[in-house]
Amino acid sequence: MRRALTLQHRWDLAIRLLGRVGLWGITLAALMFLYLPIAILVIYSFNRSRLNAVWRGFTLDWYRSLFAGIGETGADVITGQIWDALFNSLWVGGIATLVATVFGTMVALALERFKFRRKTALEALLFLPIIIPDITMGISLLVFFSLVFQLVQTVTGVRLVLGLPTVIIGHIAFNISYVAVTVRSRIAELDPALEEAAQDLGANEWRTFYRVTLPLIFPGILSGALLAFTLSLDDFVITFFTAGVGSTTLPVFVYGMIKLSVTPAINAISTLMLMASFLIVLTSLALQRRSLRL
Amino acid sequence: MFDRIQTHWQTHLATATNRRRLNLAVLVIPATIWLFFFFVLPLLMVLLYSVLERGIYGGVNWQFTLSNYQRLLNPIYWGVLGRSLWLALFTTVACLLIGYPLAFFIASRPPQWRNTLLLLVIIPFWTNFLVRIYAWIIILRREGVINVLLSSLNLIDQPLDLLFNSFAVTIGLVYGYLPFMILPLYATIERFDFSLLDASQDLGANDLKTFVRIVLPLTLRGIVAGCLLVFIPAVGEFITPDILGGAKTIMMGNLVQNQFLGARHWPFGSVLSIVMIVIVLIPILIYFRIADEKLKAN
Repeated sequence: MRRALTLQHRWDLAIRLLGRVGLWGITLAALMFLYLPIAILVIYSFNRSRLNAVWRGFTLDWYRSLFAGIGETGADVITGQIWDALFNSLWVGGIATLVATVFGTMVALALERFKFRRKTALEALLFLPIIIPDITMGISLLVFFSLVFQLVQTVTGVRLVLGLPTVIIGHIAFNISYVAVTVRSRIAELDPALEEAAQDLGANEWRTFYRVTLPLIFPGILSGALLAFTLSLDDFVITFFTAGVGSTTLPVFVYGMIKLSVTPAINAISTLMLMASFLIVLTSLALQRRSLRL
Repeated sequence: MFDRIQTHWQTHLATATNRRRLNLAVLVIPATIWLFFFFVLPLLMVLLYSVLERGIYGGVNWQFTLSNYQRLLNPIYWGVLGRSLWLALFTTVACLLIGYPLAFFIASRPPQWRNTLLLLVIIPFWTNFLVRIYAWIIILRREGVINVLLSSLNLIDQPLDLLFNSFAVTIGLVYGYLPFMILPLYATIERFDFSLLDASQDLGANDLKTFVRIVLPLTLRGIVAGCLLVFIPAVGEFITPDILGGAKTIMMGNLVQNQFLGARHWPFGSVLSIVMIVIVLIPILIYFRIADEKLKAN
């Protein structure tokens, strides 16, 4: 009996040890899996070797080639275009974020503060763009624009083409949902008594919104906008199908580079994009910290 | 006198209700109109295109046909469909096997550590999707990090073909969608009452039994949510197989892209898109149905 107990005890201890080791081991391995590719990308953006992953010394040539066309990029076409792509990305991201944040916040307010028929239908409508595969949204917009453009041409004779406006329209369409979800969760945390109190004290609806609701949900709106901007800058698929000549964004540009040939210049541009996103994230985190303390 | 006050009060109420209605309309209309014109209508047009004949230079002829749907019966497309489902399923399982221990580890640390660890997990995913996928080309290609490393250690004579196959696509998918698994898992495990572990132990269960009987059932909701969040985008993927898969490992997304931009068969591309949407909606509808029933049962 005693012997059996100790055996059982040993078995339990073995399981516990295995669990502990497994938990730590998998965590460490997973973190390495997450960071190793990024680290390698950054390191090899400084590698002199063009053809393979052998380290042949430190160089900044790939960075120079991106901006000035100096050195060997393997693709001369890119000189200068990178700036256009960057500006296009910022334009698209900026406008899409602005519009989607306003529309998304409005609809979030409606969903949290009003009761109405077909609310479920509206929720479903907002939910669909999040779950539907990007590519189906991309091609459906392509189909839509080509049909509308055909119609416009037969009616008015004006020939419209895909470009930045069509990209922006698509980005607003998918961003509204993300902003609405983000802002809505913030409004849900808000105590409705605060708004009722303001109205009892004689503030009208607009004043209540402007002086009470808006300041309180502003962090939510800000994180919604940040999410929208990030998604917009990151989006490749929907842009790919709605962009025309001259409306290349940064991801579409990078995709073209990858498809053309694998050169360390891609590592360089990737590293720069990496740094930019880290900067944005760290800034937003710092801002959040500060607003929490206030 | 009393009547007058009452009518006054009623008109006041009526105007208040009207104003509220107006407010609601103003709040709802912009987003609804935008989504109707630039999301619902385009999808309806895809539905329409799927039953039209193919035009000569892309586009369509306005002739009703079901031949595009008949084309789905071709086994070639079944192969692609099967591969998409299989790769997405494999990716989901792999993400769960990596993500669960990771989420559990983070959730069982002291509170001051959790946010930092969570941040550490999320940071890589703030980088551009293309950049993250491209990193795997550097690692896996014939002249890449792994092959150079192995041959410098004299472990291989010939470079291994690690890129442009299902293996590379799966790695890319797991790498791309791991956070979608970790975040819902963490959210559920963090709410798990860890004192239950002690209770279970006091009652004589070992860790394995405790995990299977207590932890797993109580965090099932996070597991289901995580699996859905990984499977759904993975099955509709197009960039990862496009960049890491090459011509042999195409998924449904690549087929759709090819029909629209390469083969210029928009109606068949539309059919494939509809199939994709249906595949994505089925698990979601099942999920909501079960959640609804649970809600009613409680």
